[in-house]
Amino acid sequence: MIAVFILLGILVVVALWFLATYNGLVRLRNQVKNAWSQIDVQLKRRHDLIPNLIETVKGYAAHERGTFDAVTQARAAAMKAQGPAQAAQAEGLLGSALSKFFAIAENYPELKANQNFLALQEELASTENKISFARQFYNDQVQGFNTRIEQVPTNIVASVGGFKSAEFFQVEAPAEREAPQVKF
Amino acid sequence: MWDLIQSNKRKSALLIALLALVLLALGYAIAASVSPSAGPLGLIAALLVWTIMVFASVAGGEQILLASAGARELKREDAPQLFNVVEEMKIASGLPAMPRVYLIDHPAPNAFAVGLTPQRAAVAVTTGLLARLNRDELQGVVAHELGHIANRDTLFMTLAGVTVGAVILLADFYLRGMRFVGRGRRSSKGGGQAVVIMMLVALVLAILAPILAQLLYFACSRRREYLADASAAQFTRYPEGLAGALERIAGLPANRLEVSRALAPMFTVNPLEASRVTSSVFSTHPPTADRVRILRGMAGSSIAAYEAAFRAAHGNRGVLRPGELKGSAEAGIRAAAPGAPAAAAGPARQMREAQDVLHKLNGFAVIPCACGLKIKVPAGFGPSTVTCPRCGTSHVIPAAGG
Repeated sequence: MIAVFILLGILVVVALWFLATYNGLVRLRNQVKNAWSQIDVQLKRRHDLIPNLIETVKGYAAHERGTFDAVTQARAAAMKAQGPAQAAQAEGLLGSALSKFFAIAENYPELKANQNFLALQEELASTENKISFARQFYNDQVQGFNTRIEQVPTNIVASVGGFKSAEFFQVEAPAEREAPQVKF
Repeated sequence: MWDLIQSNKRKSALLIALLALVLLALGYAIAASVSPSAGPLGLIAALLVWTIMVFASVAGGEQILLASAGARELKREDAPQLFNVVEEMKIASGLPAMPRVYLIDHPAPNAFAVGLTPQRAAVAVTTGLLARLNRDELQGVVAHELGHIANRDTLFMTLAGVTVGAVILLADFYLRGMRFVGRGRRSSKGGGQAVVIMMLVALVLAILAPILAQLLYFACSRRREYLADASAAQFTRYPEGLAGALERIAGLPANRLEVSRALAPMFTVNPLEASRVTSSVFSTHPPTADRVRILRGMAGSSIAAYEAAFRAAHGNRGVLRPGELKGSAEAGIRAAAPGAPAAAAGPARQMREAQDVLHKLNGFAVIPCACGLKIKVPAGFGPSTVTCPRCGTSHVIPAAGG
């Protein structure tokens, strides 16, 4: 009789542990999803800031059509991108178009003193930072989640509950690493 | 990161329990020394005092602390760069809601964070901080403060501070009361040995308990500062930012920020202890030089890298428990951010910009004159026009808007 009770006790403990671990994994997975949507929010913010920026600069540097067009096209491509891989590449290209754009702006002193332009520059620089922090946070969450799924007692719960490893978000566009070239 | 927060919560609960135990023991001993059967009554009384103080600090504590430091709440338009930095760190730290941002008008650079839960947090910086730090350093300081919020330090330190305060209050009360009550009691009560023993116990506790409680409080406080530094390095991926900021904050002893002793421990660098080289057992913060050395010795940006640097600087004693290192992400160090054009223009310009934030807050109208001067007109200025002191042009003062 005692043996039956002990067995029952052990089963209850195991079941409770299973439940707690499962819930913990659910929480981690939701954190990963939430972190992903953060990146999305910041990317959209960047897209929204760009038309304003172009209008401000057009007043001072009207003949830099080439640069404006490059940025506008890159932005359109980034907004149409589907899925993380495409988005990562398109955003990388947009980032490099923007840095070329700001390099050109260095040549116009009245533009550099314009308050609107400075505010927009700060906003865009900050948005770039926020994108990279959101990416960083997302990757941290993914790392935590993946480590948890792979560790020994937890991986049993993970395979039973159908938790799969999440993907890291790496912007691979080599163009992003180029230094902007200013042509004279 | 998550493991760190969980372990912090557990330790916080344990330490608050310990401190509360000290308080209750004191209450019991004091009451029992007066009359042996009154022991439990003293326990309940101590518990009551503690509960009231905790409620008071939880309910209104934040606002009182912010007001006592002279902090004014900022809107995004008043200081866009500061708001951006706070928002960036909010994203990096994973806080659920954007903290409120406050400004303290003082030339000494410093910052602090309050907030019982990450949902209701607030960060305050001084104008001196805005004027002296570049963007990376400002980011480091804000990351350190948000690290405190994310690690639930603000909640814990508030509770611990209240408990220590209650212990000191009770002990003080008893020791003073002894003088009046002592003579009479000894002759009137026939309780004999038990009462005398309890009196001795109560006396010993009344002397030791405040010291014990303070030691516990300061030890936790120092450890949490190290942990907040580690969190800041991980959030910013740039330990040099915080290191440089700490040097600037601590290196100006002449500009001591005069704040109440209750508020001082919550600042990035304790303003009342800023120039101390060594840390005594009674310091709320570790010595700044030590913190800077550890940050500069980090090989990466992860919590594990901070732990390694800490061990290197402290003869293999660590600051983290093994459980807290689990799941710590491998992280490299990023490059320094390019200086914004304004900051590159010089410290005087940066100081003026920091003052401009304050002017906007105070409802000043800022009128740019063609000669380059920015005329600042206080709210409630009588005439409707003002002449530029440099070139004499007359300007119409815009009507006060939203």
